[in-house]
Amino acid sequence: MHELSLSSAILETALRHAGGKKVGAVELTVGALRQVVPASLTFYFEIVSRGTVCEGARLELHTVDARVRCNGCDDEWTLDDPIFRCSSCEASDVEVITGNEFLVESIDVEEEACTAPR
Amino acid sequence: MHRTKVRVAEDALDANTTIAQANRADFDRESVRVVNLMSAPGAGKTTLLEAVFREGLGALRTGVLEGDVQGSLDADRLAHFHVPVTQINTDGGFGGECHLDANMVRSALGEVPLDEIDLLIIENVGNLVCPAEFRVGEDAKAMVCSVTEGEDKPLKYPLMFRTCELVVVNKIDLLPHLDYDLDKLIYNIEAVNPGVEHMLLSARTGEGVEGFRDWLVRAGDREGAPA
Repeated sequence: MHELSLSSAILETALRHAGGKKVGAVELTVGALRQVVPASLTFYFEIVSRGTVCEGARLELHTVDARVRCNGCDDEWTLDDPIFRCSSCEASDVEVITGNEFLVESIDVEEEACTAPR
Repeated sequence: MHRTKVRVAEDALDANTTIAQANRADFDRESVRVVNLMSAPGAGKTTLLEAVFREGLGALRTGVLEGDVQGSLDADRLAHFHVPVTQINTDGGFGGECHLDANMVRSALGEVPLDEIDLLIIENVGNLVCPAEFRVGEDAKAMVCSVTEGEDKPLKYPLMFRTCELVVVNKIDLLPHLDYDLDKLIYNIEAVNPGVEHMLLSARTGEGVEGFRDWLVRAGDREGAPA
């Protein structure tokens, strides 16, 4: 269900930038902390985009690892589990460097004006 | 057919955030503090609010915005506490939205008597996933997690546990009947969201509810909000 809500948000963003033109692809950056299942996102996007200029558009999804830094000992590592505690010094003042991204980077639009309803 | 790449570089939830900020501005104008209360279905949000309103919140004038996929069962339960309750149903969307977003809250604001309240509690749709993603214009987020749900829930739903300023552990009256490791839950909450405030209570017996009532009073105080 999470991916359904998110795919609707992606669609709205893409439509806003498409200017009524047919969209061929939507490029996304998604951080690991967003807990998004790519296949599920693609599945729902295909459904919510029906009848819009994004119908049939390909989702190009780039995933970003969750990288965190300990503010106690400056150790930096990639999170495998959501444990925000430093394994070196046990401090819990851990800062997220990457992994929270949920960005629509770009869209590919076709030059010919499209008549499909938005 | 020629294709052109259009740079967007926008958070997909920006549109929601913008509306959430507009909601927040409206709340601020009316000097209303807002708490977004979230949990899994059946964790006891409504029962907790009933327990809160049974004794009341003193001089703090409180209203509730009830989010549900369908029906007004929760709003009906709260109606006789003489607290203004506004119902939002999310079933207008694709199969019924599983969360409240900023726009749904905005569309209901006309029915919320903001000029008559100091604190608005938004009881979100029961769900540990989507509500964590969508800001609605709140000052603070709180969640209820009950001891019938398993100690591993913070590790399974870290987004929700990380987004909240308060984790309420409910149904502690059931602990003698369960193989539940409370220390493990607290350890997992701490691992996912270090330093987050948590409290143990039973909305059913009333044990510990005073602590949540105090937290709400602090949340409703424009000077001493917990967030």
